[in-house]
Parts: sequence; structure tokens; C-alpha cells
Amino acid sequence: MFAKVTSLFCVTAVRLSIIYTLIFGILAVGIVFYMTGATVNVLRERYQVSIDTEVTGLARIYKRGGVNSLIRTLDRRARAPGANLYIVANPQGEIIAGNVPQMQNGIMRKIGWTLRPFKYERFDDESNTEHRAIARVLEVPNGMRVLVGRDVSEYEGFREIVGRGFKLALGTMVALGLLTWFFVGRGALKRIDQVSKSSRRIMGGDKSERLPVTGTHDEFDRLSENLNHMLDQINHLDDGVKQMSDNIAHDLKTPITRLRNKAEEAFSLKNKPEEQQDKIADIIDDCDGIVKTFDALLMISRVESGSTVAKLEPLNATDILTDVYELYEALVEDENKVLNIMLSLPNTLKIMGNRELLSQAISNLIDNAVKYGGSEITLLSELNQNQLLIKIIDNGDGIDEDDRAKVVKRFVRIDKSRNKSGNGLGLSLVKAITEMHKGKFELKGNNPGLIAVLKIPVLDQYDA
Amino acid sequence: MKILIVEDDEEAAKFLIKGFGEAGHNPIHAADGETGLHLAKTEQFDVLVLDRMLSKLDGLSLLKEVRAQGDNTPALILSALGAVDDRVEGLRSGSDDYLTKPYAFSELLARIEVLAKRTGNDDNDTLLKVGELELDRLSREVRREGRKLLLQPREFRLLAYLMKNAGTVVTRTMLLEKVWDYHFDPQTNVIDVHISRLRGKIDKDFDEPMLLTIRGAGYKLQEPENTN
Repeated sequence: MFAKVTSLFCVTAVRLSIIYTLIFGILAVGIVFYMTGATVNVLRERYQVSIDTEVTGLARIYKRGGVNSLIRTLDRRARAPGANLYIVANPQGEIIAGNVPQMQNGIMRKIGWTLRPFKYERFDDESNTEHRAIARVLEVPNGMRVLVGRDVSEYEGFREIVGRGFKLALGTMVALGLLTWFFVGRGALKRIDQVSKSSRRIMGGDKSERLPVTGTHDEFDRLSENLNHMLDQINHLDDGVKQMSDNIAHDLKTPITRLRNKAEEAFSLKNKPEEQQDKIADIIDDCDGIVKTFDALLMISRVESGSTVAKLEPLNATDILTDVYELYEALVEDENKVLNIMLSLPNTLKIMGNRELLSQAISNLIDNAVKYGGSEITLLSELNQNQLLIKIIDNGDGIDEDDRAKVVKRFVRIDKSRNKSGNGLGLSLVKAITEMHKGKFELKGNNPGLIAVLKIPVLDQYDA
Repeated sequence: MKILIVEDDEEAAKFLIKGFGEAGHNPIHAADGETGLHLAKTEQFDVLVLDRMLSKLDGLSLLKEVRAQGDNTPALILSALGAVDDRVEGLRSGSDDYLTKPYAFSELLARIEVLAKRTGNDDNDTLLKVGELELDRLSREVRREGRKLLLQPREFRLLAYLMKNAGTVVTRTMLLEKVWDYHFDPQTNVIDVHISRLRGKIDKDFDEPMLLTIRGAGYKLQEPENTN
């Protein structure tokens, strides 16, 4: 139980509410003290005014009728019910007459106001309770002293009532606060415990485990949802790495084995220098092929993982396309094919992209079209609802609909293409590059032939 | 020419020393970054060949220090890192060229020789001349033996690059990089076709070819041998 309470204090919500309660409490105490103090002051001032009036009156009576008249008046007033305090004393401060049998020492000796409440006793009270009063002492010309005072129990009682009410309110508040902390905090703790439990399971290797989402859309849910997205992304990357190492194992070992076989062959050809030379040239070619495959694999996974393979910058779409066209046009013509370019784009159209990577993607697709397509290849580009469409269209055999999803996977080569050079990574790279540009890569039929489409958002849509 | 090789892999260093030696150059080897920096600061070289990842001091930092001293010796970075950004970072650190491992020795040699020939302001030459072949960058005219040749803009740039490096072998990759500004490797050999088109314009109607194919390496533009 104690541990639980201690851990409650580790919950931010609980800590915050404690701080709030403290601040609120201090403010409340301040306000109450101020209010009480102010009220008491007002009352005291009123008492003072009435005492002053009386003292002025008594002074007038003395002037008119002398000591006897004064004492008579005082005597009469002192006997009235609920009367003020009246004392007549000789110049030495000894009480001669009045309605106060006993009071704190030294009060009579001070001429003028005693505003700090002093203790006194009353004739009419036998309960021995303490009485307190404030008073003013007047010295009449013959040296005698007259005290007029007033009991202050009225406003002191007021202070007490306020104090009691205040304590009660504060106590209730603290009790309610504690209860709220307990229930709210316990709820929070429970959620956090669930999250910790799930994360321990994930750390333990359960990749499918996700943090609990209760559906209340509170801050815990939002946090869990974000963390779950993060876990999905990590899993995705993790799968990528795994696939990559599988690829290396399966698809790079094969060419390396072939390479080794050729090296052994070359080694055994020591008596036929010319054949040996050819074999070694062959080996170098194979090596370059393996390096290319390896580079392509690395490139794909770096582009896919979204690591900063390359910075994106505003690029003129027309320039990118005409540059690639210009690079390939001669080659295609040499192959006795035709490469058309059809751009219906505003000249100033810009996309957020990487020239190098986009050019590589388009060039891969043209390479494919030259290798597998028909006699005519068209590089077409148009704008469609804020998307730049780049289409590479050929009129060759195309790819069967069922195969189109497969060919973008790494190392997948459909049977028709197996006898041609290539590593089965070209389309994977195109797809990765397109997605890095927040775009989409699609393969469609052209009856006959294939249409490869890159859809890339134009610059206006980008978050600047 | 005198080449500083800073390479910590012994096998790779031996291979480079042997290769440069056979090509008639004078290679000097440093096995780590600090030794390399010391040599680069104390001796005069024609070209620096720096491995990017070295012990003690990496290639880029070494080069930055050399450049900070006001030394503009042409430098080439060799690196296993090949992605676009790595290349950009490499070039930004003051290197003049960047080659990804593994590379063909012929590629490295060609690049080194082009680098060493560079005089710094040759891009400003408006008139290039190799034998009877003339190229005017201002009027964008090309003549051979006084006859005007019609070139496409890209062919013009290709020829200008070849003429600037006349007598030196340039590889296909170098052309793709310098003339087209592409650093990826097209699967088909697009450059060959452009070369043969250019050849059709500058060599076809003349007796002696100037644009030669160097087997296993690349191309070389040079004065016809028997015109001297």
C-alpha cells in the first residue's frame, strides 16, 4: 500500500494536482486573512468613532458640571445593560469608580488609545471567561483619568467563525483532492503499467505485440497510437533488412559461385594463355556485374528506408525528361527503334525531387523498354490533378496482369526476361525512388505493350 | 607524375603502386591519414589519391586540412560509399573527383591523368584546338581543316570535353558525369552511341581518325599521327 502511494507521487498528474492544491490553498489563506483583517479593521474603526464621540461628550459634561457631574453620568451609563467599559481613576491610576473590577496593568497610565485588545473582568459575569476590550483614556484638568472602552468579543468572535469555516473548507478540499488523486492517479498508473507490460513483451521479441488503445482518444491513446505506428515502421524496416540479407544470401551467392568456378577454370588454363585471358576478362565482367547488383540493392534499401540518400530540391520537370530523352534517343535509334517524346507540361512546372534518382528511374524504364519492348517507345508526360504523370510506353509483349505486381519485387524476373542481361532490381529501384518522391509507380497494359507510370506530386502540393 | 596514395589497405595500396608505376608515374604511399597529411604538407605532388576511410585521420578531414593551407593539388577520393549524398559530401570537402570502390584501374588512371592535366582555368578558354580541329565556345562553331561541322548541343559539349582532355584517355563514366551530369550507371551503353555519332561528324569525311576507342578503357581524342 505504501509503495503504491509512493508510486502515485511519481505520476505527473498527481504531482501537478498537488502543486495546484498548494498554490490554491496559499491563495485562499491569503484572501481569507485579508478579508477578515479588513472586516475587523472596519469594526474597530467604528468602535473607535463611538468611543471618541463618548469621550468628547464626557469632556463637555466635565466642563459644564465638574467632577461630580462626570462621575454621575458615568455611573448611570455603566449600569445600563450591555454597557461600555467606564472607569474613573485618580492621577496614580487607582480605580475610584466604574464597572470594571479588574483589568490588565498599565492601561490607565497611558493617556490616549490602547488599540491592542487587553484583558479585563466584568461585574456581571461569574463564569470567569476572559473578556477583551479596546479603550481610550482621557485626563481631565484636575489630574483624574477617565477610561471609556468597548468589548471586542464581537469582532474577535467573527474572526473565530471565519477561521473555523475556513479550516472546514480546506479540510474537505484536501480530502476530496486526495480521493481524486487516488482514483485518477490509479487509473493513469494502470494504463502506464499496461503500456510497460506490452513494451516488455515487444522487447522480449514479440514483434506483433502493440500497445493497448482503449478507444477513448485521450492522451494515452494518442501516445499509444503514435508508438504503434512507430513500431509498424520499425517492423517494416526490419523486414526490409531481413529481406535484404536473404537476397544477399540467395541471389548474390549464385553469381559468386559462378565467378569462383570461372576463376578455377582460368587457373587450370595455364597452358592456353589466350583462353586464359578471355576467361579472366570474363571474370572481371562478372565481378562488375556483382558490384552493380550490390550497389543497386544498397541503393534500393537506402531509398526505401527513407534515410537521406539524397536531398530533394525543386526541379523543372521538362528539363529532367528532355535530358534523359536526349541521352537515350541515339541509342534507341541505333537499335532500329523509335523513341518519341510527348510533353504536355507547363514549361515552369516544378516538382520536389532528386534529379539523379529520377533520371535513373526513367532511364531504367527506357532501358527495359529497349530490351523487352517493341519497335516504338514513347516518353510521355502530362499533368493530372496536381500530379505529374511520367509514362514510358512501349508496344512490345508487355507483362501479364498477374505478373505486374511481382516484377517490382527484388530479384523477380519473369520467365520471358531470364535469358536477357539484368539483375531483377531495376523496377524495385524505380518503385523505391517514386515512393521516396511521395509518388506512385504503376504498370499497365497497352495492348500490346506496357505502360509504366510514375505519378509524382507537383511542387504546389508540397509542404514548403 | 608524382602521386600520393593514402590507403590503409595494404593489398589495395600495392595494387595501386604497381599500376601507377607501370603507367610511368611515381607513386608514393602513406598507410594512414596522419602520415598522408604530413607528406601532403611537406612534399609537392601532382595528384592526391585518398581513401575516404582511413585510420587516424579520414580522407575528407585530411583533404580539408590540405585545402585550408591553400594547397590546391588535384585530389581524388576513393570510397566504398557510393550514394548520391556521400558523393556530394566528398566533393564538397574539396576533392576534384570521387570514385566508388571497387573500381577498374583503368578508370582510376584515366581520372588521375585528366586531373593532373587540369590547369585550373581552362574552362575559360573560348577556343579549343587539337591539330586541325577547332572548337569555338563563343560562336559555338566547330571546324576541321577549315570545314564547318554541324553539331548538336550535347555533341558540342562532348567534343569540348574530349578536346580539353586531348591526348588523355577518358572513360564512359567520366563522360556521363562531366557531359551529362549523371552519376548512375545506365544498363546499356548509351555513351558509345553518342561517341559514334560524334565520330561520324568529325572523322567520317577525313582521312585520319582523331577520336579513338581505347579497348577496355574508354576514348581518346588526339591529333592524327601522320600530320606532323
